[in-house]
Amino acid sequence: MSRNSALNEWLDKNMGRIFLAPAVTLILIFSIFPLIASLILAFARVRFTGGGFKVRFAGWRNFDKQLFGSEQFHLLGTFTEISVPGWLFGLLATGGLVWWMVRYVRSRFTWFGFIGRLITFAMALGLSWMFAATLLSGNPFGTVGTTLFYVIVGCGIQFVIGTALAFACSQTIRGSTYFRVIFFVPMMITPIGVGYIFRMMADTTKGPFANVWQWVGLGEFAWAADPWAARVFIIVADSWQWIPFVFIMMLAAFESVPRDLGEAAEIDGASRWQSFWEITWPHVLPIAATVMLIRAIEAFKIVDLPNIMTSGGPGIATESVSLQAYYAWRALDLGQASAIAYILLFITVVICVSFFNLVVLARVRNQR
Amino acid sequence: MSTPARPHRSIFEPPAIGQMSLATKIVLYSVLIGWSLFVLFPVYWLLITSFKEATAVNEGPFFIPWVDFQPSLHAWKELFVIDYADTLRAYFNSIIISLAATALSVLVGSMAAYALSRVEYAPNLITILFFVALLALVAVSVGVWGIDWRLAAAVGVALFFFLARAVGNLYQVRLQNGDILFWIISQRILAPIVVVVPIYMMFQSVRMLDTHLAIILTYTVVNMPIVVWLMYDFFNSIPRDLEESAQLDGATMIGIFREIVLPLSRAGLAATTLLVMILSWNEYLLALFLSTSRAQTMPILVAAMNAGERGILWWTMSVAIIVMIIPVVVLAVILQKYISKGLLVGAVKG
Repeated sequence: MSRNSALNEWLDKNMGRIFLAPAVTLILIFSIFPLIASLILAFARVRFTGGGFKVRFAGWRNFDKQLFGSEQFHLLGTFTEISVPGWLFGLLATGGLVWWMVRYVRSRFTWFGFIGRLITFAMALGLSWMFAATLLSGNPFGTVGTTLFYVIVGCGIQFVIGTALAFACSQTIRGSTYFRVIFFVPMMITPIGVGYIFRMMADTTKGPFANVWQWVGLGEFAWAADPWAARVFIIVADSWQWIPFVFIMMLAAFESVPRDLGEAAEIDGASRWQSFWEITWPHVLPIAATVMLIRAIEAFKIVDLPNIMTSGGPGIATESVSLQAYYAWRALDLGQASAIAYILLFITVVICVSFFNLVVLARVRNQR
Repeated sequence: MSTPARPHRSIFEPPAIGQMSLATKIVLYSVLIGWSLFVLFPVYWLLITSFKEATAVNEGPFFIPWVDFQPSLHAWKELFVIDYADTLRAYFNSIIISLAATALSVLVGSMAAYALSRVEYAPNLITILFFVALLALVAVSVGVWGIDWRLAAAVGVALFFFLARAVGNLYQVRLQNGDILFWIISQRILAPIVVVVPIYMMFQSVRMLDTHLAIILTYTVVNMPIVVWLMYDFFNSIPRDLEESAQLDGATMIGIFREIVLPLSRAGLAATTLLVMILSWNEYLLALFLSTSRAQTMPILVAAMNAGERGILWWTMSVAIIVMIIPVVVLAVILQKYISKGLLVGAVKG
């Protein structure tokens, strides 16, 4: 009896820890430990021997090969001479970034903020020059460029269309409920399925739009063999699937705008246009930033659509960084796979944390 | 939608249909209907393809059953009569795995979220760093020096328990609940590809590859951050008076959680469950690594239909995709009224 009550007392005292412990333990085992192990693998060469594997320390060799060596064309792109527009864009970006840093240092300065912004600065600078040297100089870019293309262009399209549809549906119109249900449908379809469905849609000889393709004169056009057409098709499929997510979040956001604010504005004689930009939009914007942050985090992981729709082809034109790491793993090159994955992790974390600090949090700070 | 407001309409509501100008109405409806077609047509095409014979697919586009082509059930038969063993196994694997993973992650995640919203924690950063250093040491000794993992783990745990307090007392940097919350949520940024190789090697070394448990545990951890994030805000929005009075009556934390808090957060739980369920049901990359045959899930089965020597059999593929959609639709219909209400809480407060 006394033992039992002692146990109960201990339980009562530590209940807070017991509630948190399972989550923390699971994350430590399946997330933090693999993260550390992955970092070790990224600096190692792994060789499979009968039944097991041997890990040998390899220093920076994996990263060196990816960033500067024989795999550079694959990850970053082919670099030759930078063209005039490339120089223009690169210098413009450099100038803008330097101005941004100088402005920060002059206005307020903390070491923590400075180092964080320095990392953001370096990443933005590197990526701008990467685009200047590849895309703007007529060279193919690598998986990092492709992934960023999916994230930036894809999320941009999804944001604009999703928000527009949400705004339209937030008006009191007949049939609005039906539209909401219909617009939600693509989110329920598995991404693998979406990939195959859009392969059927895009078929220029047997697909539903074959006659349209013939009529336009693209009957023989093999979109999967053209880098930009293939990328655009993947973006279309990705957007088809994810616009519902943006739509449903933004719809909830539009409906949470307090009515009395709009009332007051209209009594003061504001037009609908004005009241939208001055009341609805500022209210919705912080939610929009959060929604797009979530969307971008997921978009960086894109792997199933390129794998299903094009297997990364033609060449490496539609390959995402995740897919490249998967192919490296499939070739049993665990060291390279981990190094690629870590580069992706680094880019994702820097971009997402920068976005969070500079866009989402900045709004919160300004409101105070 | 930039039409100026009419002076006398009831200004408290968005413009109802009668108050819009004809042009606005036409634009609005054509956008909405156009988008509906864009959304529904691929689904319609999927549906009719599942009833097509090979010739009806290969000889150009046919749109309307009984007019353009004769529908048949052969693809459905192929998947559910001839190949039924493979299909049903993958189907049941998917159901078991996503149900178990969802239940586990919602349970563990909401417990953590509740604790974070009600109890104050102050872990010492130095102790945590010490723990991470030990973890790295264990990983190196197992991976690089080839020490048996059980021995390494035991030594690591022992070292931590003996030295944790001593190391922690050297210097104190207290973390707060917000830091723990951010740490858990930030796990979502991790692309699965970063952690999947070590997870694969871990399960290989304990001979658990291609088992349900391995996939369930992995999915649980991958989805838990979402649960914590959504449920934390939800729990914060619940008034605390009830809990406080129950506490005065001597109720334990677990009792309060089970009998007061969970019933009050039904909307949040429903939306979270649906989201996590969809994510684990559709998950592809992790399953690709962790399952080969016995624990194969539906997405892997569907993706593998690409590889047959007869080319892609679009009709059976369509059937497989359709049967994958059905449970999600059923679940969404059941939980439908909670979805937007429950999801919003997280988004508004971020």
